[in-house]
Amino acid sequence: MNVFDILGPVMIGPSSSHTAGAARLGRVALALLGEPAQKARILFHGSFAKTYKGHGTDKAVIAGIMGMTTDDSRIRNAPEIAAQHGLEVVIETGDIDGAHPNTARIALTGASGRTVTMQGSSIGGGNILVTQVNGLDVSLTGQYVTMIVRHRDTAGVIAAVTEVLSSAGVNICNFRLSRQYRGGEAVMTIELEGSFGPDLNDRIQALPNIYSSTMLLPI
Amino acid sequence: MNTDFDYTSLAAIADAAQKAGEPISALVLRQQSRQLERDERSLYDQMAQNYTVMAECIGPGCDPDLRSASGLTGGSAAKMRAVSESGRSLTGSLLSGALYRALAVSELNAAMGRIVAAPTAGSCGILPAAVLTMQAEKGLSEEACVRSLFTASAVGMVIAGNACLAGAQGGCQAECGSAAAMAAAAIVELAGGTPKMAEHAVAIALKNILGLICDPVAGLVEIPCIKRNASGVAGAFVAAELALAGIESAIPADEVILAMKKVGDTMPAALRETAEGGLATTPTGRRLHDQVFGPGSAASGCSGCGGCKA
Repeated sequence: MNVFDILGPVMIGPSSSHTAGAARLGRVALALLGEPAQKARILFHGSFAKTYKGHGTDKAVIAGIMGMTTDDSRIRNAPEIAAQHGLEVVIETGDIDGAHPNTARIALTGASGRTVTMQGSSIGGGNILVTQVNGLDVSLTGQYVTMIVRHRDTAGVIAAVTEVLSSAGVNICNFRLSRQYRGGEAVMTIELEGSFGPDLNDRIQALPNIYSSTMLLPI
Repeated sequence: MNTDFDYTSLAAIADAAQKAGEPISALVLRQQSRQLERDERSLYDQMAQNYTVMAECIGPGCDPDLRSASGLTGGSAAKMRAVSESGRSLTGSLLSGALYRALAVSELNAAMGRIVAAPTAGSCGILPAAVLTMQAEKGLSEEACVRSLFTASAVGMVIAGNACLAGAQGGCQAECGSAAAMAAAAIVELAGGTPKMAEHAVAIALKNILGLICDPVAGLVEIPCIKRNASGVAGAFVAAELALAGIESAIPADEVILAMKKVGDTMPAALRETAEGGLATTPTGRRLHDQVFGPGSAASGCSGCGGCKA
């Protein structure tokens, strides 16, 4: 703990969980898409569904999808700015079975037609936990550089990926694996510490049995 | 000199500062520089940026047309400022100035403005109001004001380590109470009081708000939070004035902080930010909830963060 944990962060009000955390969820979705979004479908669950209007949660998520940070004064005007930029937004509410009360599901379509669907929760104090990407279970907080590696479920893939990381002197601080079925698609979420460049992602991408590898910077 | 200390005891920090013949902020800045392995200048500059953001809240926060996203609040700071600046306020320019600034920052937060969590968003008006008002009324330098924020932060760290700062965990006493205690210490330092006086001011400020529940109408950081920010800064000035007169708290600050923790632990969840008790469940509180979210839209305004169960 230090003085800036007490005085800070600089943020757009009114609520660290319903506004700041929501903006970060939007930014993760944008980073996963990897290009500016043209369409956004946002589903709010639980407390998000009940109170998003009063807390400006919708505005914050839209702002995040446009790349705004949690201290960006434009958050309150995000829906208008989205309309000006041709970002089409649909807000829905619904129940996601077993999800944390502050959960959003965000589906984005980019200019190239690329799509991504993500589910994440705002778990307090502006912290987030992304739990699903394109229907696969992940676990990422946005606090670290994170690799999301989609691959074929077969022997030796994890060892090959972690070998690349270890040979680069990168420390793994969180690792999660999930798969659809044996031999099907699997996904690794790896949170990293250390100094490294985007070439690390290229090296993992080049390994056998890897469908895609995405490196997310801290958000 | 080597003044290494941690943030487990406010008395220890105040004693160290007293012994060194320096303000608490000087010791904290030095210690943080070592802890974070950054030079004091860069820490000062970062804190100065926080102070700038705080100061920038006042103008837009006093816009008479400012309204929150829910439409429930806004415009109080403008009214209070008009009275304060007219010279017709009941309590004089210092207190009325502190009140309008606290309202301004808090109403701006509710209206999705840019604020510094101090220590939380819900209590973000108290410390800026205290320090900005001291600067305006006493003609203090910006540097002294920025430095006083290190003293306030040290108080916040001791409270965070021994109790908590979240309404969902400890009620409003943990949010606005902590902010008032932090502000009281900053005011004492800015007024030239001793570190021990600052420690007593912390104890008095926290004692006077002990037991205050967190009962936000519709679960929003608006009613009663905004006015409790005004009340919080007033409490900080009361505590500082008493301490500066040499009045001591019979119960030491460190023990008051632990008492606050125990009171928070025994507080029912309904009174810890879940909007299931207190003002939130009054007939008017329920009506305002329905006005914002529609009738029967939610059993409560609970943000569901789970902090009350922590």
